Amino acid sequence: MDLQVGLLDIDICGPSIPKMLGLEGQDIHQSNLGWSPVYVESNLGVMSIGFMLPNPDDAVIWRGPRKNGLIKQFLKDVDWGEIDYLVVDAPPGTSDEHISIVQYLQATGIDGAIIVTTPQQVSLIDVRKEISFCKKVGVPVLGVVENMSGLRQPLSDLRFVKPSEAGETDATEWALNYIKEKAPELLSLVTCSEVFDSSKGGAEKMCDEMKVPFLGKVPMDPQLCKAAEEGRSCFDDQKCSASAPALKSIVKKLTKID
Amino acid sequence: MENGGDGGGVPENANEHCPGTQSETAGKAEACAGCPNQQICATAPKGPDPDLLAIIERMNTVKHKILVLSGKGGVGKSTFSAQLSFALAEMDYQVGLLDIDICGPSIPKMLGLEGQGIHQSNLGWQPVYVESNLGVMSIGFMLPNQDDAVIWRGPRKNGLIKQFLKDVDWGDIDYLVVDAPPGTSDEHISIVQYLQIAGIDGAIIVTTPQQVSLIDVRKEINFCKKVGVPVLGVVENMSGLRQTISGLRFVKPSESGDIDATEWALNYIKDNAPELLSVVACSEIFDSSKGGAEKMCHEMGVPFLGKVPLIHSFARQLKREDHASLMRSVLQVLQLLKR
Repeated sequence: MDLQVGLLDIDICGPSIPKMLGLEGQDIHQSNLGWSPVYVESNLGVMSIGFMLPNPDDAVIWRGPRKNGLIKQFLKDVDWGEIDYLVVDAPPGTSDEHISIVQYLQATGIDGAIIVTTPQQVSLIDVRKEISFCKKVGVPVLGVVENMSGLRQPLSDLRFVKPSEAGETDATEWALNYIKEKAPELLSLVTCSEVFDSSKGGAEKMCDEMKVPFLGKVPMDPQLCKAAEEGRSCFDDQKCSASAPALKSIVKKLTKID
Repeated sequence: MENGGDGGGVPENANEHCPGTQSETAGKAEACAGCPNQQICATAPKGPDPDLLAIIERMNTVKHKILVLSGKGGVGKSTFSAQLSFALAEMDYQVGLLDIDICGPSIPKMLGLEGQGIHQSNLGWQPVYVESNLGVMSIGFMLPNQDDAVIWRGPRKNGLIKQFLKDVDWGDIDYLVVDAPPGTSDEHISIVQYLQIAGIDGAIIVTTPQQVSLIDVRKEINFCKKVGVPVLGVVENMSGLRQTISGLRFVKPSESGDIDATEWALNYIKDNAPELLSVVACSEIFDSSKGGAEKMCHEMGVPFLGKVPLIHSFARQLKREDHASLMRSVLQVLQLLKR
C-alpha cells in the first residue's frame, strides 16, 4: 500500500521476526543518526535482538531490567526516519516488556493494540487478560484477530492412511485413484476442519462480551506457514489462497480506523 | 549475553568496578560512591538466602522435579503438562503440578479447577486436589476475577514463585511437574535458581514442527545446558492434523462464498465410494519438510520423545489412545530417573 513502515520486535527471548522476513544473518549498522533498521524493502525497516546474536541458537537469558534497557534503546537509538506506521511485535503476556513499551511509548502516543488469539477457551481466557491490561494502562484496543481459525484444503491436498492392527499404511495414491474412479465430483470440493474447538463462540463472541472490535478470522493455511518459514510475504503470489484474503481484509479495516 | 541473576552479580545500573552486591565491601568500596544502590548494598544482609533453606526442606519430600518448557507460546506446553500429570496420577504416583506462568495461568482451566480457592493450614498453602494423588498450584486460584490481568514485573513474579516453592505443602510426592511460561527470562532463571539446590531431574521441551518454533527450542536447549538442567527430551506437538472422512466438513467454493456440501458429500461417498469411510485423512499444517523436531534433536544431541498429532477435538478432550505412545516414551524416561 506504499506506506512507510517500521517493524520493531521486542520479544527478547524468542525473536521470530528476522526469520519471518527472510533477514536471518543480517547485522545492525550504526550511523551518526543512530542504529539503522534492517530494510527488507525500501519502505519496510526492521529491528530485533535477532540481529544482535552472534549465534542464533544462543539463549538470551535476561531478567526484566536488562530487557527493559534494550527496549528503551530500540526506541531511543534506532533511526526509523519518517514512517507512517511502527508495528511493535511483543512477546506473549503482560509483564516487563509490555509495561515498559507502554511506559516509554505512551508519552508520544500509542494508537492502539491488536490482539491475536486462537479460538479455544484456554486462549480466550488470556485474551481477556490482555484486554484488561490495555484498558488498565489506557491503550485503545483496535481489535482482536482469531488466528488458526479452521483449516481449509482441497481434497486432493490431503494424505490418507489406513489404520490397521500392525500400524498405519499410507493409502494416499489408492484413495485418490479410488475417488477419481468412483466419486470424481468430490475433487471439486474443499474440506474444512475445525482444529480448535470454537463451539463456545470463539473470539467473535468474546469480543462482543468485552465490547472490543472483532477484526476477523484467519484460517490455518500451510502455505502461510511456508511463507513465514521462508521469509516471504503471503501477498506476493497466489499461493496463500486460504489466508491472504482474510489478512488483507483485516489490514483494510485497520488502516480505515486510523 | 546472559545475566547470572541478581543474587550476587552486578546490577544494571551499578557503577564501574562494582565489587558485587554480595561482596564484603558492597556499598562501602570506593567505587560505590554515588551508585544508586549504595545504600541498599551497605545495609542489606549478606550470605545465603534463608528462603532457600525453607525451599530445600519442602522439597525433601518431593522425589522428582521436572520442568516443562517451550520456546514459543501456544505450542501446547500446558496441555502437555496437564496430560502428563494425569498420566502419572493414573499410574498411582503422587503428583504435584505447579503452574509458574504468572501472566497466563492455563492449568486451572485444563484440570477443570476454575473458581477454586487456596486454603491455608498450619502446614502451609494447600494445593488444590483434582484427584487424591494430584495436587495443583497456580496463581489462577488467587485471582478474584478471571479476566484480571496480572501486570507484574520480574521481581514480583519471582517472589510468588519462591512462595510457591517455600509455602506450599505438597506433602510426600513422587513427581513435581512445573509448567513454565514460554521463554528464558525471570521465571526460568528463578525456578532454576531456587530449585536447583534441591535438585532438578530435568526438563521436557514442547514445540511445534516449524522452523520458527525450532529456533526457539534450540535456545531453550542452550538455556538448559547453560544452567545445568538435563534435557529429558523434546515433544513435537501439533504434528499434523488427523481426521476421519466422516469428521470433515465439505464446502463448494463459489463466487458468492462457500456453500456447505457436507451432507451431500457424505451421502455421495456412502453411495459411490464407501471404502473411504475407513481411512483417516492427514494434513500437515506446519511444514516439517526440514525434518521437524526429530532432526533438530539429533543435531543438538538431545532425546526426541515423540510426536502428538492435532486431532479434531484434541483440544477439547484428550483421548488416551491418541497420545498413548508418546506418553509411554515420556513415562519411560521419567521412571528411569535416579532415586
